[in-house]
Amino acid sequence: MSSTDQALVFRAVERRRSAVAAFVRTLPPGVAVAALVIVLFVAAAAAPGHLQTHNPFRTDLYATLQPPSLAHLFGTDQSGRDLFSRVVEGTRQSLTIGIGATGLSLSIALLLGVTAGLAGGAVDAAISRFLEVLFAFPNLFLALLFVTVFAATPATLVIAVGIGTAPGYARMIRGQFLSVKRAGYVEAARTLGHSYGRVVRQHIFPNAMRPLVVMITLGLGQSIVWASGLAFLGLGVAPPSPEWGALLDAGRHYVTRAWWLEVMPGLAIIAFALSATVVSRHLQDRLEGRVHAG
Amino acid sequence: MSEPAITARQAPPWRRRTAAVLRRLLGAVAVFWAVATFTFCVQSLLPGDRAEMMLNVASGTLVQASKAELAAVNARYGFDQPLSVQYLRYIEALPRGDFGVSYQTHRPVRDMIAEQIRPTILLTASALVLAWVIAIVVTVTTAGRPGRLSRFIGGVQVATAVAPPYWIGTILLVVFAVRLRLFPVEGDNGLPGLVLPAAALAIPLSGFLGQVIREEFSRVLEQPFVTTARMRGMGDTGVRLRHVLRHAALPGVTLSGWAVGALFSGAAVIETVFARPGIGGLLVAATSSRDIPLVTGIIVASAGIYILANLLVDLAYPIIDPRLRAR
Amino acid sequence: MPADGVPLLKVEDLRVSFGRDEPRGTVVKGVSFTLHPGRCLGIVGESGSGKSVTARSIVGLAGLGGFVHAKTIAFNGHSLIGQADRQWRRIRGRHIGYILQDALTSLDQLRSVGREVGEGLELHGVTRSAAERDARVVELLTSVGLPDPAIKARQLPSELSGGQRQRALIASALALDPELLIADEPTTALDVTVQAQVLDLLEQTKARGKALILISHDLAVVSRMADEVIVMCNGDVVEQGPAAEIFARPRHGYTRRLIDAIPSAHRRGSRLAPASAPRLRVAEEVRPEAVASGPLLEASGLVKRFRGPDKILRTAVAGVSFALAQGETLGIVGESGSGKSTVARIVMALEEPDEGYVRLNGLPWTGIAERERRARRRFIAMVYQDPLSSFDPRWTIERIIADAIPDTEAHRPGRVSELLNLVSLPASHRGRRALDLSGGQRQRVAVARAVASRPNVIVCDEPVSALDVSVQAQILDLLGDLKRELGVSYLFISHDLGVVHHVSDRVLVMSGGEVVESGEADDVFLAPRHPYSRTLLAAVPRLPIAPAA
Repeated sequence: MSSTDQALVFRAVERRRSAVAAFVRTLPPGVAVAALVIVLFVAAAAAPGHLQTHNPFRTDLYATLQPPSLAHLFGTDQSGRDLFSRVVEGTRQSLTIGIGATGLSLSIALLLGVTAGLAGGAVDAAISRFLEVLFAFPNLFLALLFVTVFAATPATLVIAVGIGTAPGYARMIRGQFLSVKRAGYVEAARTLGHSYGRVVRQHIFPNAMRPLVVMITLGLGQSIVWASGLAFLGLGVAPPSPEWGALLDAGRHYVTRAWWLEVMPGLAIIAFALSATVVSRHLQDRLEGRVHAG
Repeated sequence: MSEPAITARQAPPWRRRTAAVLRRLLGAVAVFWAVATFTFCVQSLLPGDRAEMMLNVASGTLVQASKAELAAVNARYGFDQPLSVQYLRYIEALPRGDFGVSYQTHRPVRDMIAEQIRPTILLTASALVLAWVIAIVVTVTTAGRPGRLSRFIGGVQVATAVAPPYWIGTILLVVFAVRLRLFPVEGDNGLPGLVLPAAALAIPLSGFLGQVIREEFSRVLEQPFVTTARMRGMGDTGVRLRHVLRHAALPGVTLSGWAVGALFSGAAVIETVFARPGIGGLLVAATSSRDIPLVTGIIVASAGIYILANLLVDLAYPIIDPRLRAR
Repeated sequence: MPADGVPLLKVEDLRVSFGRDEPRGTVVKGVSFTLHPGRCLGIVGESGSGKSVTARSIVGLAGLGGFVHAKTIAFNGHSLIGQADRQWRRIRGRHIGYILQDALTSLDQLRSVGREVGEGLELHGVTRSAAERDARVVELLTSVGLPDPAIKARQLPSELSGGQRQRALIASALALDPELLIADEPTTALDVTVQAQVLDLLEQTKARGKALILISHDLAVVSRMADEVIVMCNGDVVEQGPAAEIFARPRHGYTRRLIDAIPSAHRRGSRLAPASAPRLRVAEEVRPEAVASGPLLEASGLVKRFRGPDKILRTAVAGVSFALAQGETLGIVGESGSGKSTVARIVMALEEPDEGYVRLNGLPWTGIAERERRARRRFIAMVYQDPLSSFDPRWTIERIIADAIPDTEAHRPGRVSELLNLVSLPASHRGRRALDLSGGQRQRVAVARAVASRPNVIVCDEPVSALDVSVQAQILDLLGDLKRELGVSYLFISHDLGVVHHVSDRVLVMSGGEVVESGEADDVFLAPRHPYSRTLLAAVPRLPIAPAA
């Protein structure tokens, strides 16, 4: 590679970096904080060891139920284990369940929503009816039905939460397709003599799929809340695992004596769900052109 | 302007309206049937021998029953029949409210639900009302106003909307019942015992409802008819209450039908947290003991309530939105 | 009319700004006038001129974040500056009535017409009982000429026709018999015949000794009503004086240009925009392919029925036939609901006619499979009223135009620049998105896309209805230039008779789905035979003087 080439590459990298910097600078402070929180959680899931202050499984009978302090940021539990390290340790499992449930949920939703939205007519009517039926089940009840039949494992949790939240997204995707199909630019493309397949590929699909990123971030937060709800009821993953919902369930029995056991894992869930919502709303505003990008 | 020619005769409006209501009713029945069928299908996927499981659930221990004992139980409950026969029997019993007998207590599921449903309905209904009150008060006073306070309240609404009700419930319990001793810790002690659980359910819902109402409220505030009302001499508060609120409430009303489902879900956890009687707590207990008839019974019954609530919202909608009546 | 004594309204040096950004945020830069009872002040300007903000500042509702400064705003000798909101509210409705543009959105959709009209009575405590108020509402609705007022009072705004709604809105503004009525674009969304009725109603109000401020982009409407005129541009008053004088001898260049931009019979086929405006630059030979003899486009006995939301079948188009020759412009004019847009959609083969047929370039165009049509779609293109919605929001201008170039000659370098050049847009715009362009620029892109496939027919459905007069003039000039240079034919659909007359060789007048009159443009517009055409033409407000050719 000649030196001019290298200079060009270097300049290109620099330009991209400054583009990223410019993008970050356009973020409102609240959104920037939310994005940072999500990055932290992802880091905790990827490499918990780097963030933990203690071994999350080591019991210390001389330091049980300690309130939050500098030594133990979130306090300790009834066996003297460091709660902060346990929350960090549980991040991976909670996020995995959340990602799995969101993935399943959106896959089902895409299959149903896209089919209904593109096909229309009788197919759309049938799918819409089916969604209406799924809607009639309270989210958590449907999940409980699955847990009853298939026993509580992380996989059941993923399936239960995934199926429970799918109809909402399916309805959103279907509505998105129906509205894009009616858009003026779709008709304009038709008058240019493009085939239906080309119009779907060029216009309908990419435009209808624009809110998908928003749905993913929003769904992540929601499914983690639901999954920990099940764990909270003692129907989730087995107790020794420090999944967030399981921590809440364990803390419930000591709540009058040690509030931190309940408050801290809950704050972790809220912090994640809230950040996901804030980021997704910002993305939505950008997509709808309410905020000028760049 | 010349009207387009009308080439077909119109049915009288009352007949069209009755037909629409009937169609809607029929649709609701069809959805209910589909819900019951779906539930049946899922529970039929249960692995293992029914009678064995039933005996285990009833005794609470793992027992090794003999082949003959199991066969007798299977014959008594019809588990030995083909699935289609079981399905027909299940569907045929539904209109009577017959969901079979609990594995654990051997009592009819219908009676167990009937005993426990009142507190749950009371809890969810008061939570729904409370959520609306909070959402409306907050929206009317702050939406569409410039400044930090309004933005802050908007942020709080987003935060409460994502907060899990079980967590809020526990926090409320610790702060108001255990520390401050303002409310009873647990059990159904009438109205005071209802406050904390209802608040725990209402707070996230009010955040969610509030966001929807708030967005619509801000949009409607900029509509020309609001300006016109101001030009007639109406004050800002008057405009908000008499014109904007009604428009902004419309999407909230549609959501309220859906919210019934979310409230039932929340009630299951909240009833457990506060040790309140109700079908939610009953369902959670039934789930951990795998009491299949009780689980399916409660789920089908609450789906029925959801369908009914949405039917009522649909039928009541024209009262709030007269444009639908005019059509 | 004598203008002495204390004026009803006196405004001196009114300035309005939004935000702290003083020079840029200032939208009204010093407006002064006096208004006496029984007189009408017209405020004319294009979008963004500050005319509406001026009027709204007079009743203390400039808008959120607006700062109003003035030396004087005096109503009946009392200063309105620095009043508390409570004092403003006593004046609004009671002494100053206000009518906004769109009656459908200016009336609360969830309340009956009667409640909306009676709201002012209730607010100012004029009527004591509900019965008294209802009686007064019926009286008011009768006075604005609403048929069946007692029934209409109980109906919702959406159940009334556009004209009836506008009357009801005027009735609500007149409810407390205010001394001053401010009308902000009161007839913009209305058909010409309804517009004439509403203007008559405002004229009667003025004749009863009420003062009137009429705000409009339409000079003809203002010239019919106003005694004095203020011409505004970008917040500045560019010209102010007696109406007769301003329209006869405009002194300022901007006023002159505005008047010249109005299409009218005298300047048919000529250019409307001043010579300094961008002119067409034909880069090279881009003529559409020659076709066999006979009409390019032929429609015969078109009938189209639609089923409404109430399941009732309505006939939108009832037997329409026409032919379009090479290089010709056929205008279709009609009011809302006349079926003209449905004809456009049938011609574009977006709807199949229930009866009748369309032939394009001598071959069947309707009644065939879409597959057969596709390859020939390039011969017919369309320009829409709202170009923005016809562009994919994700796409750049370059991609939008390139997408319309037929595959046979696609990827020819420079074709997009050539087309941009053709519609006088700088090549630097190719990377932009439609959202970042002005309304006129967007319509230029739409025209570039339409000619990209070298069609021989372009269907224009209300192509200039959403544009300001001066921009409208530029687009009409562009379409005229393209016709001369490229030899394309237009099917030009509009509700605006002046525009249709200006561009068309022949004209169809549509009403209720039927063609009531057709013929050479001059014959139809200057000597209409059908009574409907006559009513339509009589309803068009005209400038008092003929603009110089």
